[in-house]
Amino acid sequence: MNLLEINSLSVAFGSTEKPFHAVDGLDLTVRQGEIVGIVGESGSGKSVTMMAMMGLLDGQGRITAERLQFDGKDLLTLGARERRRIVGKDISMIFQDPMTALNPSFTVGYQIMEVLREHLGLKGSALRQRALELMEMVEIPAAASRLDAYPHQLSGGMSQRVAIAMAIACRPKLLIADEPTTALDVTIQAQIMDLLVSLQQSQNMSLILITHDLAVISEIAQRVAVMYAGQVVELSRVPDIFLSPAHPYTEALLASIPEHSKGARRLSTLPGIVPGHHDRPVGCLLSPRCPYVQDSCRTVRPELTTTSAGAVRCHFPLSGKEA
Amino acid sequence: MFAFIFRRFGLLIPTFIGITLLTFSLIHMIPGDPIEVMVGERNLDPVMHAQAMHRLGLDKPLYAQYFDYIGQLLNGNLGESIKTREPVLKEFLTLFPATLELALSAMLFAAFFGLLAGVIAAIRRGKATDHSVMGLALTGFSMPIFWWGLILIMVFSNYLHWTPVSGRVDLAFDIPPRTGFMLIDSWLIERADPANFSGAFIDALRHLILPTIVLGTIPLAVIARMTRSSMLEVLKEDYVRTARAKGLSPFKVIFVHTLRNALIPVLTVIGLQIGTLMGGAVLTETIFSWPGIGKWLIDAIGSRDYPVIQSGLLMVATLVIVVNFAVDILYGVVNPRIRHAK
Repeated sequence: MNLLEINSLSVAFGSTEKPFHAVDGLDLTVRQGEIVGIVGESGSGKSVTMMAMMGLLDGQGRITAERLQFDGKDLLTLGARERRRIVGKDISMIFQDPMTALNPSFTVGYQIMEVLREHLGLKGSALRQRALELMEMVEIPAAASRLDAYPHQLSGGMSQRVAIAMAIACRPKLLIADEPTTALDVTIQAQIMDLLVSLQQSQNMSLILITHDLAVISEIAQRVAVMYAGQVVELSRVPDIFLSPAHPYTEALLASIPEHSKGARRLSTLPGIVPGHHDRPVGCLLSPRCPYVQDSCRTVRPELTTTSAGAVRCHFPLSGKEA
Repeated sequence: MFAFIFRRFGLLIPTFIGITLLTFSLIHMIPGDPIEVMVGERNLDPVMHAQAMHRLGLDKPLYAQYFDYIGQLLNGNLGESIKTREPVLKEFLTLFPATLELALSAMLFAAFFGLLAGVIAAIRRGKATDHSVMGLALTGFSMPIFWWGLILIMVFSNYLHWTPVSGRVDLAFDIPPRTGFMLIDSWLIERADPANFSGAFIDALRHLILPTIVLGTIPLAVIARMTRSSMLEVLKEDYVRTARAKGLSPFKVIFVHTLRNALIPVLTVIGLQIGTLMGGAVLTETIFSWPGIGKWLIDAIGSRDYPVIQSGLLMVATLVIVVNFAVDILYGVVNPRIRHAK
């Protein structure tokens, strides 16, 4: 059964006459206990999608969807109060920069206990005990003394561990990690990623991992959604997507991994940038940058169509390794 | 932390020299002298005038008078009033509670409503509420205190008869000073002697309302504006998003996670307002015949009571310095990053 089901989710910003769709007809499903990776360059709508689902856009974006269902509940019709009972408890999220994601005025212990108090109603010594347990679960050394530390007394890696402890405090069914290691040192990145995967397995959570790092995705994710300009352009299983990408954009992304261009003198890049508000093509959103572009691509926007491996949004999907 | 406090104390010495020099030279620039004001120019006999001036030491050159004054201060003596012959310190201590009561009340009023208005404006940013709150704040900030006081007296005391016009308590109540705070004293006496003093506390409270509003209006406006901009800054922070991602109610996100951090610059402003408040107290006390330091100083200037003006201003300046010092220390309490800095 699908834990999360998103059907044609759109998030529009700006005026109603000329809206900008940061997310444009996005489809995504996540199964119980599954790790789904979302990749795509900056501005492709990865984070906005997750923020919309969490209800964190604060009335700035207009959210529409055919279906936005989590754990059998319709998030679209849920009131603010009911949504807050899910957010932080059943769905939780960790963010990119741990150094700014924690409140500098409160001890880390307070910030972890706050979630437990809010959602589980824990009090007194049970509350402190559970906070300590969580800090130990995320492998913070000398957890008992760190409980009363302030965020500025912790390193980036430690802060991210605290953020993870906060996120898993109520045993969420779905954890969203929005580039959880981007702001960290390379050595710490691997540790944090290992921690996330081991927690995901021990807690049997679903994990959505938003990242730029295709290598990480190939190691830990079961499925990958590739996003471009607010749409999912390819959704496929690992490792199929790495072996035979069906969408030209996926292929270009893979080609831009430095390890893939050994011997080549220059890194392969896709010329141009993601279309913005004013230069959105009528046809396929990738058409101005696509090396395989045909006339019909410029006039007709492709739909996400199911394939044997997953789904792809292209009139002329690639087959095999012809490129 | 000790090094920090020590450094701050070192800075106080030049500050005090500057204050004494400034007040001393300014009051001696005012034409006339205490004897002339007391007796009146017409009746003044030149010989008696010279004798009196000599007795008070006012015939010496100004620099000699200044050094006499400083020498006196270093001995811990603030001098005595020419007019009443009372020690300045004694007069100050008798009148100060009245000013303190008014200033505290005005500060509480300004801080409470200022913070509230600032927070409301920030969360309703760009909407009509925001514009009207900020418009009111600007009006309040630009309001001349004496005019604002007179308008309030006219409307609430004269037409509506809701509040008394002046003083700290109705003259019918002869309240013995115990703490010097009228609210506390009236409450104590009302409890001890309910037959004669029933309603004294409420009466004292009613006397406090208008002066509080008048004195608190400018600080309120400044605090509201500062709170709004500080809140808007903090609302953009990642940790506010984290707080919302925890599923906390908007109330907790605003008042726990945002306001706590937004308070830091607001606290500076509140500290700085103490100076404004002491300046405002002079006008407010004069308008409402409030028997405090402000009115005392104004009267002293009128009668050229040099020791009272010099030492009174010195005490007020010391007060402002001490409060700002306390605010600096208070930062550490609100902001752990400062507390732990070496």
